[in-house]
This record gives sequence, C-alpha cells and structure tokens, in this order.
Amino acid sequence: MKLRTALLGAICVAGSATVALADRGADGHVNVLYWQAPSTLNPYLSSGTKDVETASLVLEGLAGFDEKGVVFPRLAVDVPTVENGGVTPDLMQITWKLKPGLLWSDGTPVTSADAKFTYEYCTHPEGGCAQAARYEGIASIETPDAETIVIKYTAPKPNPYTAFVGGTSPILQAAQFANCLGAAASTCTDQNFKPIGTGPFMVKDFKVNDTVEMVANPNYRDPAKPAFATMTIKGGGDATAAARAVMETGEFDYAWNTQINPEQQEQMKAAGKGVLLNGFGTLVERIEMNMTDPSPDLAEGERSTTKHPHPFLSDIRVRKALSMAIDRQTLVDIGYGSAGRATCNLVPAPEMFASKNTDCIAQDMEGAKALMAEAGWTDTDGDGFLDKDGKKMHILYQTSTNPVRQDFQAVIKDWWTELGVDVELKNIDASVFFGGDAGSPDTFQKFYADVEMYANNFDGTDPEPYLAQYLCNKIPGPENQWQGENINRFCDPAYDALVEELSKTSDMAKRSEIAIKLNEMLTKDSYVVVPLVDRGRLSAASNTLGGVVLNTWDTELWNAQDWFRMK
Amino acid sequence: MLTFTLRRLLLAIPTLLLISLVIFFLVDLAPGSPASEIPLTVPPEVRAKILESLGVNQPVWVRYLLWLKQFFYVEPLNGIDAIFGTNYAEGMQRIISYQSRSPVFGIIADRIPQTLTVIGTAYLVGVLIALPIGIYSAYRQYSLFDQLGTVFAMIGFSVPTFFTGTLFIIIFAVYLGWFPTKYDTTLNVTDWDSFVKQLRQMAMPVMVLGLANAAAISRYMRSSMLDNMGQDYVRTARAKGMNEKVVVLKHVLRNSLIPVVTVIALGIPSIFGGAIITENLFGVNGIGSALIQAIHGNDLPMVQTLAFIFAILIVLFNLIADLLYGMLDPRIRYD
Repeated sequence: MKLRTALLGAICVAGSATVALADRGADGHVNVLYWQAPSTLNPYLSSGTKDVETASLVLEGLAGFDEKGVVFPRLAVDVPTVENGGVTPDLMQITWKLKPGLLWSDGTPVTSADAKFTYEYCTHPEGGCAQAARYEGIASIETPDAETIVIKYTAPKPNPYTAFVGGTSPILQAAQFANCLGAAASTCTDQNFKPIGTGPFMVKDFKVNDTVEMVANPNYRDPAKPAFATMTIKGGGDATAAARAVMETGEFDYAWNTQINPEQQEQMKAAGKGVLLNGFGTLVERIEMNMTDPSPDLAEGERSTTKHPHPFLSDIRVRKALSMAIDRQTLVDIGYGSAGRATCNLVPAPEMFASKNTDCIAQDMEGAKALMAEAGWTDTDGDGFLDKDGKKMHILYQTSTNPVRQDFQAVIKDWWTELGVDVELKNIDASVFFGGDAGSPDTFQKFYADVEMYANNFDGTDPEPYLAQYLCNKIPGPENQWQGENINRFCDPAYDALVEELSKTSDMAKRSEIAIKLNEMLTKDSYVVVPLVDRGRLSAASNTLGGVVLNTWDTELWNAQDWFRMK
Repeated sequence: MLTFTLRRLLLAIPTLLLISLVIFFLVDLAPGSPASEIPLTVPPEVRAKILESLGVNQPVWVRYLLWLKQFFYVEPLNGIDAIFGTNYAEGMQRIISYQSRSPVFGIIADRIPQTLTVIGTAYLVGVLIALPIGIYSAYRQYSLFDQLGTVFAMIGFSVPTFFTGTLFIIIFAVYLGWFPTKYDTTLNVTDWDSFVKQLRQMAMPVMVLGLANAAAISRYMRSSMLDNMGQDYVRTARAKGMNEKVVVLKHVLRNSLIPVVTVIALGIPSIFGGAIITENLFGVNGIGSALIQAIHGNDLPMVQTLAFIFAILIVLFNLIADLLYGMLDPRIRYD
C-alpha cells in the first residue's frame, strides 16, 4: 500500500512537471548483477564493497569522488577549500553548506542535524561502526543553522574530505535511525535494510544476500533523473557467470567486478552483447619482503620479530636481485589482461601522487645474478642453488589461495629458481590468511615466511594513512597481539620523520612531492615492497546501457542517476 | 508404536544436544575469522571495535550457552510473536548473522519457500522418473531398456551438478536461448504468464537436480524389484494364474517399495538443506546458497544454526522412516 502511494506520488511529481522534465522513469527497468550479493544496505555496519556500493544508490554524502578522483559536491552546494574560505587556513575547521530545499525520499527536509546524528551514530563506542576511520580526528560537529555543518578537528587536517565524502560515509536520516545507536544497531533490521536516503533510488524490497529491488526516488533533487523507473540488483554466482549474463546472454545490463582471465575476456567480447569496462585505482598486487627472521628454530614470540633481522633479506642487494628477476608484463598477461598493468609503485595513482619510476619493468636476469654474486651468494657446491657461508638460500613464499595467485607463485618460482634460489611455495585459505587471528601461525600479519604476496589499496584519493602504515611503531608483534600494518617490519627513522612532515603539510604540490618520496623509499630505494601488478577494476555493461562511467575512486554506481537506455 | 515413538523422541534430545555441541565447536574452532571479511583499508583499531560489537571476543562456552538459549528459547518465542502478534520476546537478543547484522531466522524464513519449490519439485520429478525406470528395468533385466537405464543412472551418479548445470546453461540458455540463466527471485506468480515464466526459470535447476536424484532412486528401485522377482510368492502368484500386470504391479511392487520408501524419506531433509551448488549456480535464493555464502563470509552464527537445523531434520526423518517401515511391513513391529 505504502509502495503504491509512493509510486503514485512519483507519477504525480513526474506528471506535474511534464513540460520541462518528462524524463524521470522514462526508460523503464535496469538489471544490475553483483555476484557477491549485498548483505545489508547500511554501509556503517559493513565494510564490504558490495554493501557500500548498493547502498550508495540510496544514501549519499555531502560530496563524492568522480572518475578522476576529484571531489565534487552531492548534497553540498560546493566543495569547501582554503581558497573559497570553506576550510580555515590553520586546517582545523571545515564548513559545508547543504543545497537548499533538499528532501529525503519520504518528503521530509534534509538538515545539518542529520549529518551531526550520522557522526554520533558512527562514533558511538558500542556500535562497531565499519567506517569509523572516516570520522577520525574530529573534535566536534556544530550546526549553527539547518543548512550549515561545521566540523572541527583536534589537529590540522590537510585532507578534510573523509567525513561525509564518498560512498563509505553517507548521511543517515536522524529520524529513522534515532533508536539505533550503539549496541541497538543490529536490532534495527528494517532501518538497515530499507534506509531512507537522498539518492536517485529508494529501496522497495531487500532480500539478504540475494536481491535488492529499487524504485526511482520521487524526491530526487534533479527532477529529470533517474531515467530508470526501477532497478533490480541481483546477487549470487561467480564472476564468470556474471560476465556471461551481460556479455553473452544479455539478461543483465551491468555486472560488477567481473574479474575473468584474459582468454575468457576475449571469448565474451566476441559475443558482442556488451563491453568490458576497466579502470585503474590504487589496488596493487605486491610481494612483501620480511625484514625479520621467520625461522621456526627461533622461540615462539621471537619468530618474525625485530629481535632477529632476516639472515639474507636484510641485504638490499638480495631484495633487489629478487625484484629484477621478475617479468611483470608476463604476470599481467597470465592473470589480468586488460585489467592489469605492470607497476613499480606502491601508490600507482592518483597521478599527482604516483612516482614516475619504471626501473623494475624490464626483467634483468643477468643483472640479478651479478647482484647476488656481489652480495656474496654463489653456487659453491654445484647443486644449482646459491649459498653463502655454507648456508643455502631458501625462501618460503606464501600467499592466499586463489587461482591467479598460485599461477603467479609458480611463474615467479621458476624465475627465482633460475636465479639460484631454492623456493618453497605455500598457500593459505584467505579466511585464515587475512583473518588476523593472533593464535594462528598463518596470518599475513604474523608473516612466518620470507616473502608473501597479496594486494592492498587505500580508501579515497589521499595516500597519507596508507603510507603511514610503514611507521616503526606499527610493526606487528606479540606485544600488540600481532595487530599492526607494517607487515614488512620496515623501520627507518628518516621515513617516520617524512610521514610526520606529510601530516603537517597542506600545500598540495608539497604533499605530492613527499608522498612520491615515501613511495620510492619503500620501493625502488629499498625493495622492501616489490610491487608487481596494478590491478584495475573490470566490470561489464550491456551495449544498450548508456551513461556508464567506471569510477575506481568511489562506488561504481556513483552516477546511476545518469544511466539511460540507448534506443 | 506410541511408546516406541515417545522413547525415540526422548532419546533424540541428548543426541541433538551432543550434535549441537559438536557443530558449534567444530564451526567455531575451524580456522578462519569474520575479521578476514573486513577490507585491509580498515585500520586495526576500527577492526577491533567491529569484532567486539559482533561478540566474537567472548569465550567460546559463553557463546555456546547463549546460542543454545537463543535457539531453543528466544527464537521459538519470536516465532510465536510473529504468528500471534504477541510480544513475549521483546528486548531479547536473537541470533544475529555477522554478515547482514539481522536475525538468522528472518533470513531462513525468507529463503525456505524457494528451496521447497525448486528443490522439492526436483525431488518429486526425480522420484517420478526413477520409479518407472527402476520397475521396468528390473522386469526386463538385461534388455536394451535396462542397459539404457543403467547408462542414465551412471551419468546421473557420476557427473557432478556443477558440470551438468554449466553444460545446461551453455546449451539451453546461451545457444538455444530457451531458459534464463539466473533465477528471478522477485517474480510473483499471479497469472498464467508469470506462471510460465516461473516454470521456465525452474526448468534448468529442476533438470539438473532431478537427474541426480532419479539416478540414485532408480537403482534402489531396480535392485529391490529384482530381489522380489525371484521370491517364491511370485511363482505362487503366477501359478495361481494371475496376469503379469497384477503380479508385477501388485505383488512385487508393493513389497519392493518398502526399502525404497525409506530411502525416499531419508532424502527429504536434503530438500530443506537445499542444493548448495545448484542453487548458487542458478541464483536461486534458497537455504543452500545461504549456507555457502555464510561459509564464504565466515558468518559463524548462520552456519551453526543452519547446520543444526539440518541435524534436527535428519534425526526427525530417520524416525519417520523407521515408523514407515513398521506401517508398510506388518512383519516389523516395535512393541
């Protein structure tokens, strides 16, 4: 009944404004496939991409990131900067202005109190908010009037575009979530499954881990949008089946994250019903070198800790030689095709933060061999493996279980074997490897291996928190239950000082210079992190769906309001 | 019979408690953690907070007792509330899924209908195909029909559903375009057109599962028929001058059905359990796909609850099969 009323309302709104804007809902229905199905539509209760992205059709922030990573206003009038006076020169305060006349999909006005409530909701100590990092460093939020939001920080904030910016940090309706603070968050099933928002669509029905049915929001701020009256987001299956449903059978208009191998990509393109879109963000597949000794002969609690430096990986020449022996382009061709490219950088994008370094791209086996010899590693006993002081160079190389990673392991093992290194491969189930259980010997934080491979990226466009992971005090160890982001146990006072400087710098040119320097200190100057492949996103869109722009900086559905049916 | 039933039901209680203990601890102590579902971009402090709010940090026996209480007390009360509109369970903590942060039983209630329709139909179709094949194969043993039936059963047994499923998708959906590859879970059957649509989308999952079910049951039927065909009473019946139809379909079939009915009854819990692979392949939002998604997502409460429900169903249908034996075969009495 409610729905019918809402739909009638939508028709009325569209009808009353026929002359200027006859377009809302004109293009009927659109089918979207998320093979990892959404579990909830409250992005504050789940950090999963599938949940955040589907929710972004309904819930919006004050601003978002466009496909180039540039901040653009959504609910705000404009993006506050130091130049336009929105950010104070001391970087301690930012002032956002809401667009006038904004309405929630239920017809009530959006006010600054909703933003303040959202902040309180996410920072409640018992709520377990998944996006709490977006609100870090905020001293208080003030709402001098219904359209003004003033955020005050505890320390200068060179990048203030975290709170209420992007799909991970949208504004909730205070009236709807008033009783859902803290521990009550998970009792609010109706609210979490059917949030009231300001986005182009609103939720009609939600089936957990299966389907979301959406209808156009009658109160969306642009009366001509969205062009689609209804949208279904279906979940389930796998990436290949999802790609097939768009590219071969044409049942779906858009499929998210269709990571399929290069051979399948060609095959599906041949069917001619859709296109594969790819875009590059900051996700880098890399090999991390362990700077400490993971030897099982050491006492538990001392393995892979800073007490014992690694017997040979602490020598930069060995690390560099291992990197030189790798042919990154071959890895791209095996695993990712057009959805990957070889890289030498930990921070591959945005462009202003990316180093131009390409030293590592060309494989140099002879150079690597020479470097090993220079470091004192030679094959004295003729068994094909390098040794030094009677010890053979043996590397335990671990990663998570995943077909592409096992292919990479096998190929890299071949190259390293050619170099004269005895390589032992190990793969660990992803739920254990990334599980962070302090009691398990197999987590990537514990790093009971010489080298390990995985991928990581950063949220948004600012690499500062990402680069700050490599500080000396973030080394995982028994004293902090192995929680720490400095996986390599890299520790360089000069690096720490530079990160400190970055956190105090607001000038963008200077920030970019420091970030590039930090990236190089980890990669080409030290080979502690050996980047392999810059992994893009690969999604599939039907030939009949128009207006799709793949965005790797924010949610993929960021511009669903502009989608239309090509006639 | 009644005392036997009561005794068995009472015995089921300690059995189920033991099973619940094993399931809970097995799932809980297995490697893997819900933390692995949180992206690496989330800093460690936030990560720790999220885990704390899930209740992961409490000792395992506290969680077990809480779960038992929720399963046997809070959730039934909630069921009563939902049916009669009362509010006995207000304010009590229900079993909450890690993934969706919503009650596990709500998700199960959402999904049971699809599983019963699709998997139930497949089971029915399987039985309806299997019985005639089994009967005729046994009656004409080593005939061409029997050989073909054997080949059919062999294929059904040995080819896994993920293969037949993908094969069917490629043949019937990609090349022929007859059926959709994805099950539309939002479809409501209201008129003839939507009914046809429902049949079309059910066709492939039902074929895949029906083939696998029919293979097993047709073999049981055949061997049971063969056992009976050689019995003395069959010869007596023929000697009395009864025609073949009466001999086969009345005397032999009835006696042969006893073990087959048990096999069919024991297979019914698997309908509720859903078909993990087939449901996932075709996007049917049933219990099976809920289970596999929960396992992938390290959603322990969901996995524990589902596994325990399956255990209850298996215990229950074992009892039903035993009782059916007694009813069908006058030689078996439990008193």
